[in-house]
Amino acid sequence: MTATVKFGKDLTGLEGLSVEQIATVLDVAEPFKEISERPIKKVPVLRGKTIVNLFYEPSTRTRVSFEFAEKRLSADTVNISGAGSSIVKGESLVDTARNLEAMRIDMVVIRHGSSGASQFLAERIPSNVINAGDGQHEHPTQGLLDMLTMRDQLGTLAGKKVCIVGDILHSRVARSNIWGLGKMGAELAVCGPPTLIPHGIEEMGVRVLKRIEEAIEWADVLNVLRLQLERMKAGYIPSLREYNRFFGLTVGKLEKAARDILILHPGPMNRGVEIDSQVADGPHSVILQQVTNGVAIRMAVLYLLAGGSPERAEAAKGGRRT
Amino acid sequence: MSRPIVLRGGRVIDPSCRRDERLDVLLIDGRVAELGRDLPAPDGGEDIDVAGLVVAPGLVDLHVHLREPGDEHKETITSGARAAVAGGFTSICAMPNTRPPIDDPAAVGFVRAEGERAGYARVYPVGAVSIGLKGEEMTEIGELVAAGAIAVTDDGRPVWDSGLARRTMEYTRAFDIPFFSHSEDLGLSGAGVMYEGSVSTALGLRGIPNAAEDVAVARECMIAELTGGQLHVLHVSTRGSVEVIRAAKARGVWVSAEVTPHHLALTDEAVRGYRTEAKMNPPLRSAADVQAVRDALVAGVIDCIATDHAPHHYEDKEREFDDAPFGVIGLETALGVSMRELVVGGRLDLIELIDRLSTRPARIARLPAGTLVEGSPADVVVIDPDERWVCDASRFLSLSRNTPFAGEELVGRVVMTLVGGRVVYDRRDDRKAAREGVEVT
Repeated sequence: MTATVKFGKDLTGLEGLSVEQIATVLDVAEPFKEISERPIKKVPVLRGKTIVNLFYEPSTRTRVSFEFAEKRLSADTVNISGAGSSIVKGESLVDTARNLEAMRIDMVVIRHGSSGASQFLAERIPSNVINAGDGQHEHPTQGLLDMLTMRDQLGTLAGKKVCIVGDILHSRVARSNIWGLGKMGAELAVCGPPTLIPHGIEEMGVRVLKRIEEAIEWADVLNVLRLQLERMKAGYIPSLREYNRFFGLTVGKLEKAARDILILHPGPMNRGVEIDSQVADGPHSVILQQVTNGVAIRMAVLYLLAGGSPERAEAAKGGRRT
Repeated sequence: MSRPIVLRGGRVIDPSCRRDERLDVLLIDGRVAELGRDLPAPDGGEDIDVAGLVVAPGLVDLHVHLREPGDEHKETITSGARAAVAGGFTSICAMPNTRPPIDDPAAVGFVRAEGERAGYARVYPVGAVSIGLKGEEMTEIGELVAAGAIAVTDDGRPVWDSGLARRTMEYTRAFDIPFFSHSEDLGLSGAGVMYEGSVSTALGLRGIPNAAEDVAVARECMIAELTGGQLHVLHVSTRGSVEVIRAAKARGVWVSAEVTPHHLALTDEAVRGYRTEAKMNPPLRSAADVQAVRDALVAGVIDCIATDHAPHHYEDKEREFDDAPFGVIGLETALGVSMRELVVGGRLDLIELIDRLSTRPARIARLPAGTLVEGSPADVVVIDPDERWVCDASRFLSLSRNTPFAGEELVGRVVMTLVGGRVVYDRRDDRKAAREGVEVT
């Protein structure tokens, strides 16, 4: 990593990041991993910074992960979620943003059901904005933590074959994986029911595999997406049982793999639908490492957007201000 | 009656009689009285020097949304008719999807009377096909026509019931009016918010496939063929629709079609950055579709240009892309965009463009417009075809600002507009001040 790697005000997606920026986030996350292993899990890197976690959609994992990352860096945090806030009273996103700004905050972490919401916010307030998932667009910190987990296991991302399995059409995780992994030199494929594969996906440099058996034969890594149960009601798939049989990752299908395949899942899992328990809990699953890495990645993103220098991350976690 | 006016020394372009020559035009009592060289100054009238400028029949827009009654904060009949004349339009057709909708004779009469009271462009009401635009029960179409409606449509929504579409195209034959079709298969467009393609995939926005329009246009053409009714397809935007219409015309089906300036000029790339001013229905399509609708307009498969002027308040557009309403305004930019896209570069001659913006749409709706032959209404636009200007939405006369062309350079600008022989829009003083280097505010 070099001193020239700079970050913008916001992190709205991985599409706009350079290879160097992505590599820097992954590298900076390494020293931050150790903080969470200490008995006293706190360093003063963001002391005095105020961060608002603005969650328009329900989320447990991502919100808690961000909150731990913020608190372990000593930031002051406020959580605003849909129920019980002005959001449900019909206040517009732009008004909410302006009101938060008027309280002089430093950063906003936003989760929103509409694609583009984080960019909308980022263009209207001077605070740093971090996208924690916007509609079907991007979930950049998820993409980064997936990459960190893969890199931990495989040593490198370049040349590795990663297949994303499931509902690609509605998945922000898929898009962030595709942008991020593509930049880092991985080979990419998607696999799922044709009703859930978006038009023009090939133009993002992705091959489309029709059957999961093909994916298992091809891939070094399978990133299995959650199947939202409402997709069945909306008519994208006929039944969950059928989905499991043809597109679910089962032990029976995985046994036929010629080599070890790394299994990721962004959670929360529908066991017995897109992934069988024996696979999720099996030796090749790194699903819980993803969760652990999520905190380190978010610490790295917060640190870098706050202006922290990549070279001094190791020193920063030791307790000195950078 | 207004004073006589001579428009002196302009280049008269009249597609209705293929005229393109330097002539003086005398307007008396709201009509074109005489065209000729060196006409005498009118007695007690006004002599206006328009040398170097184009004098053409006022533009005709078959497709505008004036939002009154119901959404007067977006546009009123008066503000819309005033924006129209600023854009050179002297006749505009007001869509019925207001609140309440224009689905009874009293509502038609209201739109017409408000238009007359405003005294800018002539406002022609378009009546609803179905009561409440619900797509169920047919309106009293005969009564609507008697009250002044010049066409019927449920625009904003398709007439989804093919049986109702059939009965409409049959019944309208008795009254000699066209059925304006908003052609969309709602099952295929679904919850889409933009063109379905690689841009929608990258942005994570739900897509609207071309097939949503193609199959609906095909259905309408088949029904027009079945019934012998007059079909006009609103806002054609796909290469597939163009092929369907081309084939229907070749079979002798009574069908015409329009395209908007934004579908002639922009692709789905304009949506990047989640720009809600590029959100409209039908959506901005691919480059291949833009090419196809341009070619079709040149070839006459698409008959005319119409704006689909759809005003929205800025706070309705200043929000998440999914939640922003569909629609852009177009009355004040249509000429400049069309000239930039089609005349610059030589795709159409100016007379052919005026034909698509005036003469042809007037014929489709049987309006007394689109011509400057002696005896016709003195609805005239004076254009500087060479003026390059930057689109500044803050100066629009429309109450709304939702244009995708803000900040762009457009070519060709209206200098004056006359309706019924009366000057209703005049930018000559601004031009004079600009020439003398005075800042106009």
